[in-house]
Amino acid sequence: MYRTTEIISDGTKNPPLEGGEAGDFIINVGPQHPATHGVLHLVITLNGETIKKVEPHLGYIHRSIEKMCESLTYRQFIYVTSRMDYLSSHINNHACAMCVEKGMQIEVPARARVIRILMDELTRIASHELWLGAMAMDLGAFTPFFHTFREREMINEIMEDTCGARLTMNYMVPGGVMQDIHPDFQRKVKDFVKQFQRKIGEMDEIVTGNTIFQNRMKGVGIITREDAISFGCTGPVSRGSGVSSDTRKLFPYEGYENIEFDEVIETGCDSFARYMIRIREMQQSIRIIEQLIDNIPEGDFQAKTKAVLKLPKGDFFQRVETARGQFGVYIVSEGGTTPYRIKFRSPGFSNLSILDHIARGSKIGDLVAMMGTLDLVIPDIDR
Amino acid sequence: MYIINYIKTVFSTVRSMLVGMRRTGYYFTHHKEIITEQYPDNRDTLKMADRFKGEVVMPHDEKNEHRCTGCTACELACPNGTIKVITKFDITPEGKKKKAIDKLVYHLELCTMCNLCIVACPSDAIKMAQTFEHSVFDRNELTKVLNNPGSKIMDGVE
Amino acid sequence: MFSLADISKTIDTWLRLHLNDTWTLVVEMVIAGVSVIGLFAVLGLVLVIMERKVSAWIQIRLGPNRVGPKGMFQSLADTVKLLVKEGLTPDGADKFLFNLAPLIAIVVAMLLMAPIAFAKNFQLWDMNIGVLYITAVSSIMVISVLMAGWASNNKYSLLGAMRSGAQIVSYELSAGLSIIAIVILTGSLSFNEIVQSQADGWWIFKGHIPVIIAFVIFIIAATAETNRAPFDLAEAESELTAGFHTEYSGMKFALFFLAEYVNVFIVCAIGATLFLGGWMPFHIGHWDAFNHVMDFIPSSMWFFGKTFFLIFLIMWFRWTFPRLRIDQLLNLEWKYLLPISMFNILLVTAMAILKWHF
Repeated sequence: MYRTTEIISDGTKNPPLEGGEAGDFIINVGPQHPATHGVLHLVITLNGETIKKVEPHLGYIHRSIEKMCESLTYRQFIYVTSRMDYLSSHINNHACAMCVEKGMQIEVPARARVIRILMDELTRIASHELWLGAMAMDLGAFTPFFHTFREREMINEIMEDTCGARLTMNYMVPGGVMQDIHPDFQRKVKDFVKQFQRKIGEMDEIVTGNTIFQNRMKGVGIITREDAISFGCTGPVSRGSGVSSDTRKLFPYEGYENIEFDEVIETGCDSFARYMIRIREMQQSIRIIEQLIDNIPEGDFQAKTKAVLKLPKGDFFQRVETARGQFGVYIVSEGGTTPYRIKFRSPGFSNLSILDHIARGSKIGDLVAMMGTLDLVIPDIDR
Repeated sequence: MYIINYIKTVFSTVRSMLVGMRRTGYYFTHHKEIITEQYPDNRDTLKMADRFKGEVVMPHDEKNEHRCTGCTACELACPNGTIKVITKFDITPEGKKKKAIDKLVYHLELCTMCNLCIVACPSDAIKMAQTFEHSVFDRNELTKVLNNPGSKIMDGVE
Repeated sequence: MFSLADISKTIDTWLRLHLNDTWTLVVEMVIAGVSVIGLFAVLGLVLVIMERKVSAWIQIRLGPNRVGPKGMFQSLADTVKLLVKEGLTPDGADKFLFNLAPLIAIVVAMLLMAPIAFAKNFQLWDMNIGVLYITAVSSIMVISVLMAGWASNNKYSLLGAMRSGAQIVSYELSAGLSIIAIVILTGSLSFNEIVQSQADGWWIFKGHIPVIIAFVIFIIAATAETNRAPFDLAEAESELTAGFHTEYSGMKFALFFLAEYVNVFIVCAIGATLFLGGWMPFHIGHWDAFNHVMDFIPSSMWFFGKTFFLIFLIMWFRWTFPRLRIDQLLNLEWKYLLPISMFNILLVTAMAILKWHF
């Protein structure tokens, strides 16, 4: 429109942006913006209210975690991965611990494996609860945020009891878990399951069933099956487009093959499908927890490992399903006590890459809904 | 047909709005659902989880003795240089030289509460305290010396 | 009962005894100014604390509870904070328009206050065209928003202002049409006469279905006209940070804030006057004993009770619903509210001619 070449205060004219046409209305969403939940920077080209192009700029929270890990031992590098996708820190730690175990061929005790799965699923629920509240807040409804945090708080308390921290727990260690579960763990988890099932219906009343909400979500941000595959989307984003991509089913690890649960798939391809995926996934997680909580086997919570871990020469890969999609750890070892090179495959990066593709032609309000259902955690994208 | 759909849309919209409003209205009138904890006021009754990782401390007994042998296992286990063990040599009554800690310096401002030092310690000399009010006016105050002045190692701990 | 006219006359005669004509005028203007600003400040404080408490209880929080008893002085403390904050004017802004915009917002809110009947015999200015005056003056509100958005030299502000323009212009229509429903039934544009016509029952009861439809449309349009959620697209926190007042700070921001709340009060007062009988007590047919008891409650209590009930309704909307998208917002107006209210006008007219109302 008219302001792109407006005279700014020092008397010079704004040069037309590279690759942009004259008359494009360009706004910067972020790095400080309430809708981006972190330091994501989107350069949006607008035509009135309609989006012509979205260009994500990354790097504002780059901490070179992969490089950092090269100087840390196999016990130490796990805690750093909590800082990537901080909402599913347990699952990230789990992937790293499993990758090291794979390399050293450590047999993890049955008790530790069940505890790990329980923690993973609790983390998944906590992450989805936070997403649900934050997404409703993006769409302008503030109240669900506080209501979902009430249930998330119960999970945080369970984590605090057993792991000693609420967000970055560092509970998984190569060979098992760091401490045994707290005596109150089972009782508190059962309380939580009860509370969750009582309160999840309220979200249908306030959020899911609301017509404004459905209108904002349905038919918005269409990701076709082909796009989801070619952009490398994983997790709820791809499952909302009908792609079967649950790592827990496709590449079972840690005993997920023995647990009854369904892979949630919706074929709506729009934001509402992705929304429903996460709601239904929470119920599947509850199902997993209910199966395991009374059947935690007795035994050690940690395998006997050497004081100094040394991975044999070679490369090792392990993938897990985080709350956002497939998370992969790739370790190249030269036989020393520290990795030669580590690569993390984070789900958020691929999921973000599709944003420009789906946002073109929609309104600014839709962009917020799309970013909400892509469930972006920025430190996960930048690392 | 169009008119019927139109009227249906209007009614279902109004209904969904009323359902949402009934739920928020319920919370508006039921104040016992409020779960806010009024933190500084409930400080006396506030109980932290017993495994909460607040800061690393070194327990001393009543004779001002600790269990640290100065083996530097914690220093090696720490991922980001939070702990620095400064050792010295004591002279035992038998006239032998024995390694002991002079200072165990702990940088609270660097600590990520990962618990690796506690796990690594062979003689259970350090543990996590449940304190959490760590803010201070001067950053230097966050660099702590964990062993008390004049303290020495407990008998029997090797 | 005392009336506003009596009070002003008493003050006027007393002043004229002591001062000459010019000084009387000056003193009277100062008194009027102080009382209007005082009323605004009190309204702002009360509504802000009310909004914060309502939102807190809906969101299972406690809300402000530190300043004063149960946190009731919190908004006073906030006002002091806003007063001492720096009112920044951005470098690239059009300085004159930027500083003028909040003043226009507040002046429009003040003008709207004039014809409202706060209690029996307590009306600032009983115009014979009160309703027309309200609809005309409230349209000026959009100018301050557009001015603020334009002058800030901020793209978010501009987008917010443009949205607000489209929104207010559209929703004026259905708000006006639902007001006209009452005007048709009453046959008068004066607030006083509209209130008097409800002495034997409020219009929402007398006019049954068509008036209830008009009332619902009025509440929706009023929410939209005051730029409050679910129609807060001009601010749209998660999309445009703060929309048209992104660049405002300190007291200039506070004036916008105040104007928003006073506007909420005014539209709710109009709604209460037109549909719920203004200061008229609640009467049921020939239950004389009951009606007599109701008459004991002062008329100002009735007026403020009804107004605050409507304000609570609008706050309840805000803390329950998500925001609409701009095209859905315009769809709602042009495809649903406007056709329905036009059809409704037809019904009301038929009802008025055939005397189907009670």
